[in-house]
Amino acid sequence: MNADQARASLASTFGIDVAAAVPMVVSVSPDRWQELGRHAKEIVGCRFFNFLTAVDWKEQGLEVVARVDNLEDGVSLMLKTKLGPGVSNCASLTHVYRGANWMERECFDMFGIHFDNHPDLRRILLEDNWEGHPLLKSYAVDTPHPPYR
Amino acid sequence: MALNDPPVPVIPAPIWRNFKELQEWEQLHKTRPEGDKHSALFESVTEGIHNFPGGFVVTTAADAFLNWARKSSVWPVTFGLACCAIEMMATFCSRFDVERLGMVPWASPRHSDLMIVSGTVTIKMAPMLLRIYDQMPDPKWAVSMGSCANSGGPFRHGYHVVKGVDRVIPVDVYVPGCPPPPESLLNGLLLLQDQIAHFKKTGRKAPPNEKVD
Amino acid sequence: MLDVNETTRVEMDWSGPERLQMNMGPQHPSAHGVFRAILGLQGETVVDVDAVIGYLHRCHEKLSETLTYAQYPSIASKTDYVAAMTSEFAYVMAAEEIGKFEVPRRAQYLRVIVAELQRIASHLLWLGTWCMDMGGALGGGATIFLYCIREREDILDLFEALVGARLLYGFFQVGGTRYDIPDGWIEKCRATIDRIDSRVGEYEQMLEDNAFFLARTQGVGVVSRELAQDVGIAGPLLRGSGVNFDLRKNVPYSSYADFEFTVPVETAGDCYARYKVRMVEFREASGIIRQALDKLPSGPISSRPALKSVAQIRIPKGEAYARVEGPRGEVGSYIISDGSAKPYRMKWRGASFSNLSILPHIIPGHKVADVVAIMGSVDPVFGEVDR
Repeated sequence: MNADQARASLASTFGIDVAAAVPMVVSVSPDRWQELGRHAKEIVGCRFFNFLTAVDWKEQGLEVVARVDNLEDGVSLMLKTKLGPGVSNCASLTHVYRGANWMERECFDMFGIHFDNHPDLRRILLEDNWEGHPLLKSYAVDTPHPPYR
Repeated sequence: MALNDPPVPVIPAPIWRNFKELQEWEQLHKTRPEGDKHSALFESVTEGIHNFPGGFVVTTAADAFLNWARKSSVWPVTFGLACCAIEMMATFCSRFDVERLGMVPWASPRHSDLMIVSGTVTIKMAPMLLRIYDQMPDPKWAVSMGSCANSGGPFRHGYHVVKGVDRVIPVDVYVPGCPPPPESLLNGLLLLQDQIAHFKKTGRKAPPNEKVD
Repeated sequence: MLDVNETTRVEMDWSGPERLQMNMGPQHPSAHGVFRAILGLQGETVVDVDAVIGYLHRCHEKLSETLTYAQYPSIASKTDYVAAMTSEFAYVMAAEEIGKFEVPRRAQYLRVIVAELQRIASHLLWLGTWCMDMGGALGGGATIFLYCIREREDILDLFEALVGARLLYGFFQVGGTRYDIPDGWIEKCRATIDRIDSRVGEYEQMLEDNAFFLARTQGVGVVSRELAQDVGIAGPLLRGSGVNFDLRKNVPYSSYADFEFTVPVETAGDCYARYKVRMVEFREASGIIRQALDKLPSGPISSRPALKSVAQIRIPKGEAYARVEGPRGEVGSYIISDGSAKPYRMKWRGASFSNLSILPHIIPGHKVADVVAIMGSVDPVFGEVDR
C-alpha cells in the first residue's frame, strides 16, 4: 500500500486527517492504540517495527510514540497517542509487533508507563529495586545515590 | 559556562571504606590471623636474618628480586566496560604490545594481578566489579583507565554513573583521557611497574615514588 | 559387565530433568562488553535466555536534555563507540532536519568518506573479535584478531590525522563538519584502502578454507525474514535474512545518491550469511570512498560559523527522526526541540538494542557454544544498547 492509499485507509478507519509528509504522523486516543498498530501492520503493510518511546509533556501528561515502516513501499508511519495528564497506562503492542517487548520495558523503566498485557513488564536498564523513573521531567539528572554518587 | 552551571565538584575522600564488606576485608588483612603460623615463622626468620650483622644484604636483595619478578609478570584481568576497552584491546595487540612488559591479558580474576578498569562504572555494575576485584588474590593492583573510571567522566552528572571507580575499589594508577590512547595507557602501566618495584613484603604498599615523572 | 567381544550400544538417558541455570556474567572474555545472559540449560542445549542489560546505562537521553546542540555530538560518539562517526552523524542530521540547515557539498562528501572508513574499521573489529570468540584467545582465534587490529590501526591513523582522536571524535557539527582534510591525507587514504582490500581477501580465504569455521557458522542462529522485520533488527542482520533494505540506497541521505554501490543480500539468515554480507560491505565501502575521493568538491566545510560558544546553535520548535546506516544497522536520533539551545527530548534508536532483542527468539534450541557464535554475528556494542 503506498502513501496515498495509506492516508485514505487511515482516514476512513480512524477518521483522522493525516498530513502528507515523511513520515506520516498519526495521532489517536489511547483506547484505539492497539487497533492502530494492527491496522498499520496488516492493512498498511508496515511490518518493520522501528522504535517505541515516550515523551513527558509535563502538565499535559505522557505521550507514547512509535514508528513503523513499510520497507517495500517506502511508507513510514509515526504513531502517537497522548495518554493525558496523570495517566500512565497504555495498551501494549507486543502482540502486534514482537519488537515492542524490550522497547515497552524501557518505557516502563524510564517513564513508569504500565503497558497492559505485556508478557514480561519489568525494568530493563536500571536495577529492579530502583526508585523513580528517570526520564520524567520531575526527576533530576544528578539525583544522588549514596554511596556511589 | 553560564548555562546550567553544574555544581562545583567537591571530590570527597575515597568512600569505599564505607562499604561494610570491604571494611571487613581490610580488618582481616591488617592483622595476621592466629593460624597463619607459616608466614609468622617466615617473618621471624626474615627478621632474624635482617637483624644479624650484614644480614640486611640478603633481605634487601631478596626483596628486590621478588619485586622484579612481580613487576615483570603482571597479568591484567580483561575488565573492559566501555569505549576504553577498545583502546585497551589495541594496547594488548601487536602495535602497542604489552606482552613485552610481561602482561598477559587473562580472563579469569583468580589468576591475575591487575585490574584495568576501562570504561564507565555504573551503579548496576559496581557490585559486580567489587566481586571480581575480591576474587583476585593478593597482591593486586588496580589501574583506573579513562576519565569515566577516574571521576565519572563526561557522564558524571548522570543518575546511574558512579563518580569514579575509586569509590568502589582502591586504585593505584589513574590514566587520564577519553579514551586514553594506547601510549597513555602504556605510560600508566610503566608507572605501575615502578610502584610495584617498591612493594614491601609485608603486603603494605609503599607510597608512590616521588621521583617518577 | 561389558563383553569385549561384542559391540554394545550404550544409550544415555536424557529424559530426566537436567535443568541448569548458567550465568554468562557481565564480565566474560567474549570481548563484547557488559552483557549478562542467564541461560536455562537442558543438558547442553539452551532452553531459554534472559538477557540482562543496563550495566552500561550512562543516562545519554537525560544528559542530552542538559547539553546543547554544540556540546552533545562528542558525547553522541560514545553510544556506538566502535563506530563513533555514524552515531554523531545521526544526531547532527536530526538537528539539521529540524532547523532546515543546508550542509555544503564538500561537508557531505567528507561525511560520507568518514562514515565509510568507519564502517571498514568497525567491521574489522567485528571480524577480529568474532573469530577470537570462536577460536579462543590463546588458540587460533587471535590470528585473525591481530591481523584485523593491524589494519584497523591504519584507519585510526587516518582519523588521527584528520580529527586528532583515534576512537571518539567530535568531527560532526550542526551544519557541516568541524575539520577539513590535511595535506597528503587523500593519498594516504587511497593507499590504506588499497592495502586493506587486498588483505581482506586473504582473511576471507583463510576463514572459508577452515572446516571448523563453516561448521560453527552455517545453519546457526537462523533468523527468518518475518521475525527480522517484526522485531526491528536492521543492517547486516536484516540483509542476511533476505530483506533488501539499506538506508543508503532506499532512503538516501547526505550525498549517498551520488555514488554507485551494490547492497549485498543473503537469504540463509544464519551466521554465515551475515558474515558474507559484511565481507561484501568491506569492498563496497572501499568503492564508495574511492568515488568520493575522486569527486571531492571544494568549498566550505560548514554552513554555520565556527563554534565560539556553547549556546550558539538554536533550533526552532519541531521534531525530527534522522536515521543513518551504521555498521550495525539503523542508528537513529529522534529529537523534539522546543526552540532553545538544548533538546526537549532526545531518543536514541540504537541499532544494537533492537538487534540484541532478537536473542531470546533465536538462541533457544542451540548449544552453549553456539551462543558465542550468535552473539558475535549479532555484533552488539553496549554503549548503544544501554545508552
